[in-house]
Amino acid sequence: MPAIDVRDLRKSYGEIRAVDGLSFRVEAGEVYALLGANGAGKSTAVEILEGHRTATSGSVQVLGVDPASAGRDFRDRIGIVLQSSGVEAEFTVREVISLYGGCYRNPRPFDEVIGLVGLDEKADARVGSLSGGQRRRVDLALGIVGRPELLFLDEPTTGFDPSARRRSWDLIEALGDDGTTVLLTTHYLDEAEHLADRVGVLSQGRLIAEGSPEQLIGQVSGTVISFMLPESMQVAEATSTFGQLLGVDIRLSGRLLEASVEQPTAAVHRITGWAVEAGVELESLSVSRVSLEDVYLALTDDSIGGDA
Amino acid sequence: MTGFPSAVPLLVAQTRYQLVTFRRIPVAVFFTLGLPLIMLVLFNALFGSGTFTTSEGEISAQQFYTGGLAAFTAVSATFTNLANMVPLRRDEGVLKRWRGTPLPTWIYLAGFIVSAVVIAFVGVVLMLTLGVVVYDLEIEPAKMPAAVLTFLVGVGSFAALGMALAAMVKSASSASAAANAIILPMAFVSNIFIQVDDAPGWIVALGNFFPLKHFAESFQDCFTPFVEPPAFDWASMGYVALWGLIGLVVALRRFTWEPSGSAPRGRRSRRAAVDATS
Repeated sequence: MPAIDVRDLRKSYGEIRAVDGLSFRVEAGEVYALLGANGAGKSTAVEILEGHRTATSGSVQVLGVDPASAGRDFRDRIGIVLQSSGVEAEFTVREVISLYGGCYRNPRPFDEVIGLVGLDEKADARVGSLSGGQRRRVDLALGIVGRPELLFLDEPTTGFDPSARRRSWDLIEALGDDGTTVLLTTHYLDEAEHLADRVGVLSQGRLIAEGSPEQLIGQVSGTVISFMLPESMQVAEATSTFGQLLGVDIRLSGRLLEASVEQPTAAVHRITGWAVEAGVELESLSVSRVSLEDVYLALTDDSIGGDA
Repeated sequence: MTGFPSAVPLLVAQTRYQLVTFRRIPVAVFFTLGLPLIMLVLFNALFGSGTFTTSEGEISAQQFYTGGLAAFTAVSATFTNLANMVPLRRDEGVLKRWRGTPLPTWIYLAGFIVSAVVIAFVGVVLMLTLGVVVYDLEIEPAKMPAAVLTFLVGVGSFAALGMALAAMVKSASSASAAANAIILPMAFVSNIFIQVDDAPGWIVALGNFFPLKHFAESFQDCFTPFVEPPAFDWASMGYVALWGLIGLVVALRRFTWEPSGSAPRGRRSRRAAVDATS
């Protein structure tokens, strides 16, 4: 039985279709990332799966039950880390973890929870005195205190500094290795790439692509070549010159030129040959594997272009 | 697999948690428990030597103030306190977080209400103790059952009304303003700060319409020497309970767990009604 089975889910608010025919499955033990821009419908979809909202239509099964009518037993088996949800500022970290933990059938011991989220030294600090990143770790702690089979993480590392982010990733990986099913939403591509077994790309309320990060990257084949345009060159001139040299469409952001190519060796040869002949230096020249970000940009460009 | 913790220890834990919260918010402690005591001292210093004549007999100003302000304290601890704290927790997203846990939602809300009743009880005992020690308040054991029942009906009803107001306001900041805008004028027409029986007719009518005067008077009666034991004022209690019932219905129909504006309008109220009754 899949942990999550969503079929043709729709949620409208009046004229606005926040979720518009979403279908996906998450197998037990899997880490699945819903990836999408703000407003793509991620949070609405996840809140329906958590039981916080009801669907307009479609079928939703989470751990074998419909979350809209599920009760205490269901909420004992899931953990929720919402995007913005307060914790009682008047209490210490230790107090809130014990208080919330006390409602579950089989809570994790306090020391284990505090160790997992890395807040040991803040155990007796009031929640109100913590930094934003530390509070987010309290959120995580309250999400895992009940030993959930399925953990919902809605943008779990937004606002984290890089080291806190890495630590949260380690925790999420450890939970995933432990057999916890994780449904993650994020708009950080590196986060999805790093953590997820599979990724669903959400745009305008429906999935536009799905697969493992490697599969998705494989769909947009090739290698990315990028460099800064030489000072002497106009943007229009660059587009035609390099477009012809490489035989593919190029992307420009500011003066940074990027192109996805099939045969990087030949492409680099043509570019560098041109540069040597023209007597210019190509600053920041790099050749790299396509990242999920390139896939995402390609996909969302297509879908928005296609609808317009 | 082990079972869920049972309801009683969960409710005790929730009540304790709300009481600790209250204790750690100095402004709440001051306005709920401190301010009525200060009012008692001030009113007695200013007007304490006089007597008030009511339709039933004469009452010393000291006894009048102690009984009335004790009732006012009970209302502050329930109505005002809940109408402030519940929307605050809703705005913070704390209510939504709790709804995602296996704690039954009724236990969460009951923890709020029971803690408010405990605070009301502490406030009333403080007020009456000060009244007995300093202001010649007489405690007649034969009237205490009536005092306890009147207290319970009052705090139950005003807690329900506080939850109703919490359910109707959009944000915590408007909740605080609304609660005070309701309760302070109501206190002036309800024999709390001043005796209003010979006031203009519309003021008397207003006082008679709202539940505070009925609660305050029936509670004062339990400490007024010329009222014979057992001093049960069934009509007043019934009227207060009726208001409480209306509050309960409004609270159940309108209660929301999420901050306003977190979902596009229109859908939430219907959903909330389903949640509150389930």
